[in-house]
Formats: sequence, C-alpha cells, structure tokens
Amino acid sequence: MYGVLERLGLRRSKLQLFFGRKKSAKRRLTQQVADLTGAPGVKLTARPSSLNHYSHSSSLIIYLLVFLFSISCNATCKEVLLGIAGKDFVILAASKAAMRGPTVLKAEDDKTRQLNKHTLMAFSGESGDTVQFAEYIQANAALYSMRNDTELSPSAVANFVRGELARSLRSRSPYTVNLLLGGIDPVTEKPHLYWVDYLASLAPLPYAAHGYAQYYCLSILDKHHHPDCSLEEGLALLTLCTDELKRRLPIDYKGMLVKVVTKDGVREIPVDNDKVVRSA
Amino acid sequence: MSGYDRALSVFSPDGHVFQVEYAMEAVKRGTCAVGVKGKDIVVLGCEKRSALKLQDTRITPSKIALVDEHACLAFAGLNADARILIDKARLEAQSHRLTVEDPASIEYITKYIAGVQQRYTQSGGVRPFGISTLVVGFDKNDSTPRLYQTEPSGIYSAWKANAIGRSSKTVREFLERNHQDDMDREQTIQLTIKSLLEVVQTGAKNIEVAIMAPGKTLEMLPDDQIESYVKTIETEKQEEAAKKKTRAGTTTAAILTRPGGGESTD
Repeated sequence: MYGVLERLGLRRSKLQLFFGRKKSAKRRLTQQVADLTGAPGVKLTARPSSLNHYSHSSSLIIYLLVFLFSISCNATCKEVLLGIAGKDFVILAASKAAMRGPTVLKAEDDKTRQLNKHTLMAFSGESGDTVQFAEYIQANAALYSMRNDTELSPSAVANFVRGELARSLRSRSPYTVNLLLGGIDPVTEKPHLYWVDYLASLAPLPYAAHGYAQYYCLSILDKHHHPDCSLEEGLALLTLCTDELKRRLPIDYKGMLVKVVTKDGVREIPVDNDKVVRSA
Repeated sequence: MSGYDRALSVFSPDGHVFQVEYAMEAVKRGTCAVGVKGKDIVVLGCEKRSALKLQDTRITPSKIALVDEHACLAFAGLNADARILIDKARLEAQSHRLTVEDPASIEYITKYIAGVQQRYTQSGGVRPFGISTLVVGFDKNDSTPRLYQTEPSGIYSAWKANAIGRSSKTVREFLERNHQDDMDREQTIQLTIKSLLEVVQTGAKNIEVAIMAPGKTLEMLPDDQIESYVKTIETEKQEEAAKKKTRAGTTTAAILTRPGGGESTD
C-alpha cells in the first residue's frame, strides 16, 4: 500500500498529516455542535455518526484512487507488442485497443511509427508519453537523414532511442514507454529487432514481446522460431501467438495491427482478427 | 572608409546599413542559381563551380539542399554561411512537424529563413548571411508549385521564375522573355537549363538540376540527362542562328534592316 502511494508522489508523513487533519476537524466540529447545543455529548449521537460516515467515505475515495492508479499502472502490461525477425524481414504487431483504465477508448489505434524507410517502432506505455516520445524520435531521425544525406541504420536508431530514454529516466518527468524497434539495415540488408523498455534497457533479439503477452508468447516463440524463417513462416508463428493470446489472455485487446519491414520498406499485412479461438 | 561600415548596427547618415549591402555584393559574386515554376512542377538549376583535378566531385556538397521532404532550397553566395542557415531551416521544419503534426508550408519556411537573415542584420557581434536563397516545394495536399526568394537583408518575395547570384540580371531578363504559365515538366526543365546556359559557358558538366513534384521528394536530374538537354538546346540554337544567317543574307538586298540583326525570339 505504502509503495503504491509513494509512487503517486505522496509521502507517509504527508498522508498522516492528511488523516490527522481530518480527525482534528471532526473534533472541532463536535466541539462547535456541543457549544451550540450547550449540552456536551448528549444529543450528538446522530451528528457524529454522519461525520464518521463522511470521513469513511473520504478515505474510501482515496482507496479507490489508489486502486484506479494501480490499474492504470498495469495498463501498459495489457497492451500487446510482438516482434519477430526472420531471414529478410521483421514483423511488428501491436494491439489495436487504446485503453484508459478498464475502458477501451478506441479499437483502431495504431501504436507504431515509421522512423525512416527501413525502420519501424512499436510502442506501449503511458498514453501521451508514447506518441510524444515516438514522434520526437521520428523527427530526430528525419532531421539526421536530412542533415547528413544518409539514413540511420536500425542499430543507430535503437542506440539513439536508448540514450534518449536513459536521459529522460534521470529527469524530473521520465517517459514511461516500452518499445520494439524493427528494421532492415539498408547496407547489409540484414533484419534487426530491438527490445527497449522504459528503464532504457536495450536488447537485440530474434523475437520479442512486451506486457502480459510475454507470458504467453515467449514460450511459443522459443519453441518454433528459427532465424532463417520466411515471411510466411513468420506470419504463421505470429498467428500461433495471437491464437494463444485469444485462448488465455482475459483481455479484449481488439485484435492486432501487423506491419512488416523488408528491404523495400514498411507495409501493413491484413490479418483476420475475427477468428474465434476456443479455450481448452 | 567612411567609418559607417565598422559596426554592423550602425546606419550611415544617408540611411544605409553597409554590412548588409556588402552581403548582397557577396551574393552577386556567388555562382548563379535559377528557379522556374511550371504547371505542377518546380525546377531548380545551379551553376556548379568547376572542380579541380584532384577534387572528389561525388562527395563535394551540392548547392541544392533538402530542407524537408517537401521543400528544398538553392543558394548563391558564401557556401559556409549557407550551411548554417540550411541547418537552422531543417531544424525548424522538423520542429514544426513535431509541434503541429503537419509539414511547414513553403511560405513558412521562407519566412523563417528570412527572419533569421534579418536577425543577423540587427544584432551585435554578428555579420549578415552572405547568401540569397531560392526556396521551392509544395505545401501539404496542394499541387500548386511555390517559389520564394530570400535576401541577406531579410526580404522575401514570391516568383514565377527567378535567378540569383552571378549575372542574375541577364538570366532574369531571359526568363522574363521566355517564361510562360502552365509549362509542363519537359518545358520547365528545358527553360531552366536554357536560362542557365546564358551565363554558364562550360555547359552540362557545370550544371545541376533538381526537380520537385507534388507529393514527392527531391529528384536530382542525372548528369547524362542534363547533357542530352544541353545538346538539344545547343543544336536548336545553331539551327536558329543558321536560319537567321540565311534569312539575313537574302533580305539585306531588298529591305534595310537595323544593324546587329533582329531580336532573338526563341
């Protein structure tokens, strides 16, 4: 409880002060009522109980707030991000639901941004932070290629992103953004996939996931992925993952948006999100 | 010296800011750049300084620079000054995209560049940019070609076709005679190269051409294509000259013509 609150920016001493002030206010009110009626503590049975009720409900509101916040902290985990690198491509898939707490605000959300011709970034995290950060990176990548007349390689972009996140993490208001970054190196034409989280960890991986999806998909990817797989095999592998999510994950993430990066650039792959998968 | 050209922000008694005028002189000495608008195209042409024997022309920077996906710029004057100004413009273009999610309009970019140039005529410890620029491109969801010019003083203006730099007056006069509205791609490129050939003696290898079309980014015309354009223009010119000569030969006996021949009407 204390940990969560501290995350909300409230200190224990402040909290005590807060509750303490409530109690003293109640005492003061009781005293005033007593002064008015002239008989201390005789006819006050109804009033104090209503006051009690009031203070209860106020702490209830605080509990509710904490509860809602802890939900919104977990909202990141409810977003699905998957990435698969193959022989000459990288698939990035992101859930289409834009959520706020328990509410779905939008069912056709695009959680990806193209950074240059051969690099795509998928993101999840605190809404607002995500798009702001992604577009900041997008603008900087564009500026770099304009200034130097060359495109940044995926590894260069990934390290830049990591640097920016690390800088932001040590600032007063860090970005809470988790990312998957996929791309084809325009020189070697080799695929690259990077996993980056809001603590600015960077890991180059053959396949990657963020959020709750990790628990369901990594084992499947462990078993079936091989680095030389074709695009068809990659998409089949993705279907295995999304089927498992439909089977096990008790969240309606409104289907997946699938994009693939090849040496020809980025394109969207139409997928059937209406397929019904029965739980065992 | 009159003493009114020492500090930048000092007027001369008759109202001149000399440093700005010197900057304009630097522009006049720079290599020529031409911009021509067509119906739904805009073309930039530049005179390239001829490279020395050991210079690597492949990686020597061009006088035509991309400011954003949809906007580009050619300059005349001091190359080193241009680099700084272009960098500022690029940063602003990207910053504009980031803040309002839309690419900056060509007028906005021009206004920004002119604004920077103006600032450098009125602050202490700096000197003005010794460059004029031609900014071209297309606004978002719009197929009207745009062509603007900026000057060291911070003035900017819109044009159908214009030239800056060395002998810009000759080229501008040529453009005034030959520019038509609604030119197609071929005509526009041809007019650009033709006007540059008025002042560039060495021909195709000292010309570079950039083309912008709506919804597309900058396209640099390959050297062999420039060469073929130059060749056709030159043969055309020769034919015309030959025709004029024969016409002049037959008519002198019958009608008295003004010495120096008739006006060129190509």
